[in-house]
Amino acid sequence: MSRDLPGEPLIWVLILSELAVFGAGLVAFLAVRLTDPAGFLEAQSHLHRLSAGINTLVLVTSGWFVARATQGRIWPNLLPALALGAVFLGLKLVEWADLASRGISTETHAFFTFSYLLTGFHAAHVLAGMVLLAVTGATGSRPALEAGAAFWHMVDLVWVLLFPVVYLV
Amino acid sequence: MKYQSQKVALGFFAVALALFAVQVTLGLVLGWIYVEPNFLSGLVPFNIARMLHTNSLIVWLLLGFFGSAYYLVPEEAEREIYSTKLAWLQLAIFVLGTAGVVVTYLFNLFDGNWLLGNEGREFLEQPRWVKAGIVVAALIFLYNISMTVLSGKKTAITNILLTGLWGLALLFLFAFVNPENLGLDKMYWWYVVHLWVEGTWELVMASILAFLMLKLTGVDREVVEKWLYIIAALALFSGILGTGHHYYWIGTPGYWQWIGSVFSSLEVAPFFSMMAFAFVMVWKGRRDHPNKAALLWSLGCATLAFFGAGVWGFLHTLHGVNYYTHGTQITAAHGHLAFYGAYVCLNLALMSYALPHLRGRDPYNQVLNMASFWLMSGGVVFMTFVLTFAGTVQTHLQRVMGMSYMEVQDQLWIFYAMRFGAGVAVVLGAVLFIWAMAFPSREIIEPGQVPAE
Repeated sequence: MSRDLPGEPLIWVLILSELAVFGAGLVAFLAVRLTDPAGFLEAQSHLHRLSAGINTLVLVTSGWFVARATQGRIWPNLLPALALGAVFLGLKLVEWADLASRGISTETHAFFTFSYLLTGFHAAHVLAGMVLLAVTGATGSRPALEAGAAFWHMVDLVWVLLFPVVYLV
Repeated sequence: MKYQSQKVALGFFAVALALFAVQVTLGLVLGWIYVEPNFLSGLVPFNIARMLHTNSLIVWLLLGFFGSAYYLVPEEAEREIYSTKLAWLQLAIFVLGTAGVVVTYLFNLFDGNWLLGNEGREFLEQPRWVKAGIVVAALIFLYNISMTVLSGKKTAITNILLTGLWGLALLFLFAFVNPENLGLDKMYWWYVVHLWVEGTWELVMASILAFLMLKLTGVDREVVEKWLYIIAALALFSGILGTGHHYYWIGTPGYWQWIGSVFSSLEVAPFFSMMAFAFVMVWKGRRDHPNKAALLWSLGCATLAFFGAGVWGFLHTLHGVNYYTHGTQITAAHGHLAFYGAYVCLNLALMSYALPHLRGRDPYNQVLNMASFWLMSGGVVFMTFVLTFAGTVQTHLQRVMGMSYMEVQDQLWIFYAMRFGAGVAVVLGAVLFIWAMAFPSREIIEPGQVPAE
């Protein structure tokens, strides 16, 4: 691996694999949408755009704190980053709880199969990323934290792609 | 051979090869039943022969893994095996269990008995007492190997190998989970069947290949280890959720179609990396190791595993494709090349490397061994092609045109006849391999003179 890449080569293998999975998921979503554009649009209108929009800001801000943590002091930056990760998950849970209370499940429409699957997978990665950041931060080692940060930016990046495709377009 | 205790591997390899002979012989019988369906129908019905074919395959591959571990762990850990007595006991339990299985299947003894009878779940048909015996033997093995590794040097190769072996033993426990609900039954069933061959076994494969590359090519351990970790990560990343490609049509929720399609498509990646790894190591390697047969089997393993497991797996893994091809001869084509490439070749590669050391001879009978590689591999590849054609025709006639199953089978006769021919080549190749391993003669082809420039 190139010397310019921060962190272990393994974290980059993981990041590339994750991007392949989310990329394939998005492509499949868009492909299936071609078969029923009207149905997808109708289904999409049930999602919470405002909450997801706020979450975008939350996650990007969290990414900024993580980037600062790799450069400067660790915990004063990592703690707000983790707190924002928790806010993201909290809002996500509220969204899902509301959808579920309206009887919308993964089987309701192909749109929801994908939206639950993609955002659910993503949320699982937010949780994993928080654990990874906490663990790598606790080691106090810069290269370890850089690996955690690289993963967190990937989680960030994926959301920035998911948000417009799943919620807006 | 550096450590005396490595010799126990010989016992495991001998039993493994005997079962290999049984497995391919039954394969030939089954191949003939496809051509001539009434063949042996009274004596050894198709379902019994198939059980023996698949079960003996799994058991001999496992015995090969155990033998490989007993051979390579002492060299890696730089220790004698913790207890050779335990290793022999483990082998004895396996032999007893295998004999029990064969007798129970052939004569359909104790039918329906909770403890002694055939359990009737494809591949996991073994009576409960045999399953329990497998668990006991696996525990003995893991204890023995783990104690050896813990007291000695820990390397990436032994780490990944042990992860794979512990994983496969723990997952086997799902063989005891047998819910009434057939959907749930199948769900847990795949925890064993899929997470073995597309999860934990891949770790075993990667670590054994890494060991062989280390020994045969002389590439630095550090380089080999980096590859090994990446391959292991890719295997688990894709393989675990790749289980979803078995959850398309068994009553599990619809999202499995997408999880299965996406993750199992990525299962090509670890197999591609293993192939790239093997070839890059050989190109980079400075060592000209005399054991060319082991090298041939290693490269053959990585290549045929990529095609059999990777490419032929991808061929029918997307649920839109699998909707049509499910359970046709396409599956049989994939199954044969994948098992042969990944796990048969792997075991034969390690045996080709280890046996000359274990028997205290220089690489011997390379020529016969290498001829057996080409004969066997040629046979399996030809079989894969004809079964793929058969499966394509079958898919079209049966699933697209809607013809009845038996009508379609009549149309496939020519493919089955050719498959039988391919099977004859495989059996001859297997016999040749066993001969080359068991009866060493000193035939070595001398290298020809290099013409002066």
